[in-house]
Amino acid sequence: MQRETELIFERSRPGRVGFQSPPTPDEMPQCEIPPRLSRAAAPRLPEAAENTVVRHYVDLSTRNHHIDRDFYPLGSCTMKYNPKINDELAALPGFSGLSPWQPAPTVQGALELLGELSDSLLEITGMDNITLQPAAGAQGEFTALLMFRAYHMMNGNVRKRIIIPDSAHGTNPASIVLSGYAVTQLPSDSNGLMDMDALKRALDDDVAGLMITNPNTLGLFETNISRIIDLVHDVGGLVYMDGANLNALMGISRPGDMGFDACHMNLHKTFSTPHGGGGPGSGPVAIKAKLAKFLPVPVLEKKGNVFSWDWNRPDSIGSVHTYYGNFGMHVRALAYIRSLGGNGLRAISENAIINANYLRKKLSPTYQIYIDKPCMHEAVFSGNNQKSKGVRTTDIAKRLLDYGFHPPTVYFPLIVPECLMIEPTESETKETLDEFAEVMLKIDKEASESPDVLKQAPHTTPVRRLDEAGAARNLKIKYFND
Amino acid sequence: MRYIPNTPDDRREMLREIGVSSFEELLGSIPTPLRLNRQLTIPDGQSEWQVRRDLTQMAEKNLNATGHACFMGAGSYDHYVPAAVNAIASRSEFVTAYTPYQPEVAQGTLQVIFEFQSMICELYGMPVANASLYDCGTALSEAVSMARAHTKRTRIVWSEAVHPSYRRVAQTNNLALGTSFDIAHCPNGQQTMDSISMLLGDDVAALVLQYPNFYGLVDDLSQLVERAHSHGSLVIFITDPLAMGLYTSPGQLGADIVVGEGQSLGNYMSYGGPYLGLFAASNELTRLVPGRIVGITKDVDGRRGFVLTLQTREQHIRRDKATSNICTNQGLIAARATFYLSLLGPQGLKAVGEACCRRTQYLIEKLRSIPGFSIAHEGHHFREFLLRVPGDARHFYKYMADNGILAGVPLTKFGINDERGILVALTETRTKVEIDSYVSLASEYASGGSK
Repeated sequence: MQRETELIFERSRPGRVGFQSPPTPDEMPQCEIPPRLSRAAAPRLPEAAENTVVRHYVDLSTRNHHIDRDFYPLGSCTMKYNPKINDELAALPGFSGLSPWQPAPTVQGALELLGELSDSLLEITGMDNITLQPAAGAQGEFTALLMFRAYHMMNGNVRKRIIIPDSAHGTNPASIVLSGYAVTQLPSDSNGLMDMDALKRALDDDVAGLMITNPNTLGLFETNISRIIDLVHDVGGLVYMDGANLNALMGISRPGDMGFDACHMNLHKTFSTPHGGGGPGSGPVAIKAKLAKFLPVPVLEKKGNVFSWDWNRPDSIGSVHTYYGNFGMHVRALAYIRSLGGNGLRAISENAIINANYLRKKLSPTYQIYIDKPCMHEAVFSGNNQKSKGVRTTDIAKRLLDYGFHPPTVYFPLIVPECLMIEPTESETKETLDEFAEVMLKIDKEASESPDVLKQAPHTTPVRRLDEAGAARNLKIKYFND
Repeated sequence: MRYIPNTPDDRREMLREIGVSSFEELLGSIPTPLRLNRQLTIPDGQSEWQVRRDLTQMAEKNLNATGHACFMGAGSYDHYVPAAVNAIASRSEFVTAYTPYQPEVAQGTLQVIFEFQSMICELYGMPVANASLYDCGTALSEAVSMARAHTKRTRIVWSEAVHPSYRRVAQTNNLALGTSFDIAHCPNGQQTMDSISMLLGDDVAALVLQYPNFYGLVDDLSQLVERAHSHGSLVIFITDPLAMGLYTSPGQLGADIVVGEGQSLGNYMSYGGPYLGLFAASNELTRLVPGRIVGITKDVDGRRGFVLTLQTREQHIRRDKATSNICTNQGLIAARATFYLSLLGPQGLKAVGEACCRRTQYLIEKLRSIPGFSIAHEGHHFREFLLRVPGDARHFYKYMADNGILAGVPLTKFGINDERGILVALTETRTKVEIDSYVSLASEYASGGSK
């Protein structure tokens, strides 16, 4: 059993310092603050020497699961290996030391990098234009919906509704509402795909568009996608692909060729930039030419061999980020694409698909597979078999922690009872997948033989099962309470 | 391939176990016309050495703050980043960890965020802070939509001295919901009752003020806050956290929501991103706060632990009833800010603030005496000021850059019609030698270099 970790505030002792500011020469005037604006009480920040600070956070770091140590089979979240060279390159002074306001002639290398990344992502998606500005996938969705809105407004009817399947990510409906539309949610059919009859019934002149993840959140390619897109286009709507699952498609099939009008990519998933415990992400949006005039400003432009930012775009939706997006992530993504090349990207997707199907095959005799056919890069199971033995999916997830594995995505998509959504990615070895499958089978056995071990799991983690409801009831979200 | 461990033998064996004779069989659900029947036109993969060489060459084409003395600010600042911040923040446990949805194996990340929230509350004098947003512009967008949701009003008043880029982002993001925006002019660069109060009224959801403002001035805003409150409006402050060692906190001045850019806390300029959107609010707004919040709790053995809390507000649960679509934060950037603030402590934060302020006063005084140059605004400047140069500020910038100094940000960059104006910022990393050479180059420029 590990001891409780102190907070940095609890390690604080008055008078200790961990930093020395560069000196200010005496001949410089004092900082004379008008008395009314001068801070009376200093903020109660920790006071600690540098070595105490380092030791504290290194200690905390040991309480994290992370991809450099072990496997994350997280469906829809694509936790793949993060190459080390990428971080080093993003930290080069020629990238990290640039002010966003430097004139274009002084940052041609940075703009060249953004240009090459843009071209590569357009080739991968089969689209015409792109913005790298959105800082996350959800912001990418929202950006595209604002462009849809601007497009419809230009055509004289802004329309009212956006259609999504019931397997959609939660960000989809939230982004729809924030862009001024109502959500129409359609049920999936018995094959886990979009229900074509329901779609036809839902389509009319009020529909501004459709948002769909492909392959969808059940890990299945929407076989009727061309027909779906035609039907939406026939009523004047636009179609958006949530690109969360692009890791399955690179070099295999392109959203632009399917007929999509827009799609986002999660650079922190498919293009290996680190998740950083929750961010920074990056969610560029690629579009067809008919939406180009609505792109957020500024738009990267190339004339001859010279790059610049074009701010003069009267039909632009505006800006969704203060600057140009998460540039540090753009450096990492380009380094990844360069390392793999076109063939390597296809190999990524092929191996992600093989790994997912391998686990599907290994686990499906024990865990109920939701749709029993080949999947793309992720496979969705239900814990129904285990539930009948008295344990829930959350118990299975917590028990996995005892065996050193991060759990899969659980309870999503919402349409699958006791859902377990598993995505191994291409960066795991066959041995890791075998070990994981073995542990999953062992846990199923435990569910029959000693269900209490699961219900009380985890047993070996730095803390055991935490009272999440209690945290919301007795809200304590900062150290000093006054 | 170096990031894919499966060998051709592994693949064959796995395909056999899956029960297919070829990989293509797994693609049966993709109609043939939708399959890409050619290779991607992206060049072949490169060795690590080639990637390093080529991207390093791209980096070296850029003027940067290592080779040049950077006096550029306007929301992005060249502060010193202590080595310990980089060392701790590069630990793979922080870099390569996932969102802490499984708290038992994410206590490191969760506790760091709890400490981060605590520190942001201290700096801003506010009771609630979230686990960060993308950047200041998007944080302001969320603040505006939160004020709308809370007051059920749709009009926003903001001062001209709010960073134009933050305003543009907040307008874009709130456009579709029918929010209207009124801008108050700030004739002397200052946010005063005269310039702002006439726009206030009982239909205003929020008054937005920047403190220190876009021009680097620290305005006395308490009367404006009172006036806005008397109309039932919320007051949103945009505040650089680095200034909080010196100045009265927004909470003390009566702010309801405070947003800020956390880049100045241990993060590099990185050409505009990734940055760190700070967000704090009053108690009554807690359940409308967007994004993630970490709370303290106990495990089954009674030990202290940390979890994401109030998740019922969020898009993954509320879907179309959520008031924000944010599903991520800037975890690693927030962690860097936490490490930075832990190292600085109250003394360090004050020392850095004073170092900025003193350098700024010094340069202001020196430049005043150069013919043709003028300081646009009177008042107390924290780290930045608006300089008017002889002729076009862009020419001045180029002249200075050719001599090793990135002299500031010409106002025309923001679409402001002031060709002579350039915003000049001084962090604690500007040396006396650099500042003095700014002055002597400016003198030279005034006496002929401007032609």
